[in-house]
Amino acid sequence: MKRRIAITGVGLVTPVGIGTQQTWGALLRGTSGIGPITLFDCREFATRIAGEVKNFDPTQFMDKREAKWPDRFLQLAVAAAHFAKEDSGIEVPEAEADRFGCFVGAGLGGVSTMERTYAALREKGPRHGFSPYFVPAIIVNMAPGLISIKYRLKGPNLSQVSACSSGAHAIGDAARVIERGDADVMFAGGCESTVTELGVGGFNAARALSTRNEEPTRASRPFDAERDGFVVGEGSGIVVLEELERAKRRGARIYAELLGYALNSDAHHITAPAPEGEGAQRCMRRALQDAGVGPEDIDYINAHGTSTRFNDATETLAIKRVFGDHARRVMISSTKSMTGHLLGAAGGIETGFSALAIHHGALPPTINYENPDPDCDLDYIPNTARERRVDAVLSNSFGFGGTNACLVLRRYRGD
Amino acid sequence: MDKAEIAKKVNEIICAQLEVAPDQVKPAASFAEDLKADSLAVVELVLQMEETFKIEIPDEDAEQIKTVQDAIDYVSSHVS
Repeated sequence: MKRRIAITGVGLVTPVGIGTQQTWGALLRGTSGIGPITLFDCREFATRIAGEVKNFDPTQFMDKREAKWPDRFLQLAVAAAHFAKEDSGIEVPEAEADRFGCFVGAGLGGVSTMERTYAALREKGPRHGFSPYFVPAIIVNMAPGLISIKYRLKGPNLSQVSACSSGAHAIGDAARVIERGDADVMFAGGCESTVTELGVGGFNAARALSTRNEEPTRASRPFDAERDGFVVGEGSGIVVLEELERAKRRGARIYAELLGYALNSDAHHITAPAPEGEGAQRCMRRALQDAGVGPEDIDYINAHGTSTRFNDATETLAIKRVFGDHARRVMISSTKSMTGHLLGAAGGIETGFSALAIHHGALPPTINYENPDPDCDLDYIPNTARERRVDAVLSNSFGFGGTNACLVLRRYRGD
Repeated sequence: MDKAEIAKKVNEIICAQLEVAPDQVKPAASFAEDLKADSLAVVELVLQMEETFKIEIPDEDAEQIKTVQDAIDYVSSHVS
C-alpha cells in the first residue's frame, strides 16, 4: 500500500509576520507586507519597494556566534524550521535520526554576502577580502545543512533550485522520499533573501518588477488590470511532512494530506510562459491525476499569481483549460498580493498557506484587486478573506527556465 | 606596543569574533576545546589579528597557535 503524507507542521517567516500565527492572521486581515526598501541604498533603482521581513533578529533562533556568518536567506530558513518544528510538536529521537530528512530550496542563494565580499575583495585584496565562511554562507544547500545540524536530521538532505518554484519542488520531492520509504519525516520548503542591489537590479533589468514606488502596499496586484510587475519579497516557508501512520501514532495534528505532486517543463522560453500556459496545464492535470482527484474536486487554488502581465493572464487561461466549467466556481487567490513574490521561498510559504486554509476553513484574499482585466475573469477572492470549508486545494508554482510544480492537498478524512 | 597592550587587544578580538565573555578568555584556554572554535573560526581570528597588528601570519605558523597565550606570544614577537 502506498505510504501517505501528512502535513503536521507549518513554519512561516514572511514580510507580513515572523511566525506562523502572525503571518496567517495578517493574511486573513488582507495586510500588505510591501514597503520602501531599507536593506540597501535603492535611490538609483527603478524599483524602490519590496517585501522585507521587518525586525528580524537571527539570534532568536541561533546562538550569537553561529548567527554571524550565514547569509540572511539561511537565517530566515533556520527561523522557519524553528517555527515548523514547534508547530508540529515533533521530536527527533536519536535512534530514528536517519529517518528524518530536510529538503529546502532557494532560487539564488547568498546574494548580499556575495556583494559585500566582492566589494571587500576589491578593497582589501584576496587575503583579507574574504571571510573563511564565505562559501558556507552563500551556498543554497547550507539551508538544509544548518537545519539538519541543529535538529540532528540524518536522512536525505538536499536543495531544489528551480527559481520561483524551488520551494514547491522541495516539498513535492520530499513527499516522494517518504512515499518511497527513504525517510519518515521531512522538513521541506524554501527560503530566499534577494532584496539586494543585484537581486532588485537584475529583475529590474529584465523589466519584471513593479515600479509603483509611491504606493508600496498597492504595488503587488495580481490579476488586476493595472498590474505592472511583481514585487520582490523575502522570507522562508518550511513544512513538516510526516508519514501518515507515524503522525497518527503520535497523535499529531494533521493539517492536511499532501495528495498529489507533478513537475514538468514548458521547454519553451527562458522567462515567458508557454502559449496558453501549456506546460502549466499539463502540470496541473498531472498533479490532479497523481492525487486521484478530478478538477471539480478542487475548491481553492493558491495561484502562482505574480502580478506580472504575462503570468496572471496565462495562468488564468491555463486554469480555464484544465478546469472547464468548474473554473468559474473554484476560488482562487494570490497571496503574493500581500507577501510579494518570495521567489525560491514562494512554494514553501504557499504550501503552508494551503494547509492552513484547509485546517482553518478560511481563504486569504487577493488584495488590490480593483480593476477587472478581461483576460483575468475568475473568482480571485478579491480583497476580503473568505470563511469557507475547503477540502481540496491546488498550489501552483512556476519558475524561470520554464519549470513548473503543482501540489494537491486534501483534508485528512481520518481513514 | 607593549605585551600587556597586545594581550588586551588579542582578548578583544577573541571576544568579538567568538562571541564569548571576557572571563572565558584565559591565557591557557585553547581555541578548539575551551572556546569551541572550529578551523574556520580560527582562520577568521588569524585574519583579524593580521589586520589589527599589521602583520602576516603564514598558515604554517597559524597552525601552531592553539591557545590564547600562543596568540599573544606570536603577535608580541612579530609586531614591529
